[in-house]
Amino acid sequence: MTQALGYLKETASQTAGPYVHIGLIPHMAGFDIFQNNFGNVLVGADTKGERITIEGRVIDGTGVPVSDALLEIWQANADGRYNHAADRQKGALDPDFRGWGRTGAEFKTGLYTFETIKPGAVTGRHKRMMAPHINFWIVARGINIGLHTRMYFSDEQAANEADPVLNLIEQKTRRSTLIANRSERGGNVVYTFDIVLQGDGETVFFDI
Amino acid sequence: MNIQPKPFPDEAESARHPFLPAIDAVEFYQRDRAMHPPAYAPGYKTSISRSPRRALLALQNSLSEITGPVFGHNEIGLLDNDLIRNYAKDRDPIGERIIVHGQVLDENRRPAPHTLVEFWQANAAGRYRHKNDTYLAPIDPNFGGCGRALTDENGYYYFRTVKPGPYPWRNYVNSWRPAHIHFSVFGSGFVQRLITQMYFEGDPLIKICPIVNTIPDQSAIERLIAPLDINASVPADTLAYRFDIVLRGRRSTLFENRLEGN
Repeated sequence: MTQALGYLKETASQTAGPYVHIGLIPHMAGFDIFQNNFGNVLVGADTKGERITIEGRVIDGTGVPVSDALLEIWQANADGRYNHAADRQKGALDPDFRGWGRTGAEFKTGLYTFETIKPGAVTGRHKRMMAPHINFWIVARGINIGLHTRMYFSDEQAANEADPVLNLIEQKTRRSTLIANRSERGGNVVYTFDIVLQGDGETVFFDI
Repeated sequence: MNIQPKPFPDEAESARHPFLPAIDAVEFYQRDRAMHPPAYAPGYKTSISRSPRRALLALQNSLSEITGPVFGHNEIGLLDNDLIRNYAKDRDPIGERIIVHGQVLDENRRPAPHTLVEFWQANAAGRYRHKNDTYLAPIDPNFGGCGRALTDENGYYYFRTVKPGPYPWRNYVNSWRPAHIHFSVFGSGFVQRLITQMYFEGDPLIKICPIVNTIPDQSAIERLIAPLDINASVPADTLAYRFDIVLRGRRSTLFENRLEGN
């Protein structure tokens, strides 16, 4: 026997289940209970940065959109700084930008959307710059532990090629699963980011 | 014991202790996936087509992982942690009145202060207020079934509700969920994000639940079962259950350890 180290063990994950909407996005399930709801619009009138829409679907191993997925995103502001005490980079905080949003896929189509800004680049480990990216977290019925991934931007080709995380992906063809395509629709910038849970084109998920 | 989280090491501190790089020192412990359910757990049929099959990419933490959203009291309503009152129209909901309380900690036993805890559940008859729930048990007009709280400076949270009922679901022909409450917890970094379910001491359905049994580690299952906490009950009014939640620990530097005595 030895001395006990005394660490606690992390609480085990369980699926968010089919009714995650009533807990986390009741207003999207037609359920009016909270005065203040957390939603998919991250920008306010004074938020700095290029306005963008992110949209896509979460697709299961049979090719069908997951119509009950819940997604959260977490990102730096336009200056590349996270609104958190641990981020001591030089960029300015934006008082009108928290950088976090949450939404559910539409029950009928499986489409999700976020209204946000394109983030600036953030310094990574060993002071290597990371390309601009948005962190995603996906839960749903049938997902036993939340899935972490990142969305990068198709118009940042040079930065993406130098990104230390994308370069960790051994099979280069899989890197494209993390890059959202930029397009314009009615004067708005739209990035399309589908998340494939399984099979051909399976999105790269992280153990972090 | 000093329960406030230590400030993160800065450049100056890192220079005094060159073995402590300024950013790399504040990452989280690697997640012990052996006690979490695997993505593919065929006893829970829905996981079969929704489970990634390729290896997860191991990624050391950067600022993108160790940071996360902060929430304030102004975002939470006064009744948000009282499920007995937050949707009541003309009377209290039907069911056993209970308090659920506990502490959010990390693996280092440090409390997680001012962090958002959200919860949702079926009513006393086992029915959710959700358009996709078609179980024949009745909706309770006075029960919504969701709430939220911020932990205090010691990581404590509590809420009041009615005990949820078990309900059938279409996994096997005769599958039933044990009574449970869903929890969503944040912590300080986005990689601590956790969703789980709390079960109740003594429920015979726990051991035959396909979702519970996605967890490969028996002690990890036991840590999801809240004991009756008779000392925290309100005599002649409300019973209490205790549910502590442990999030991933932050790798503290040796320098921090010495100061904090952990």
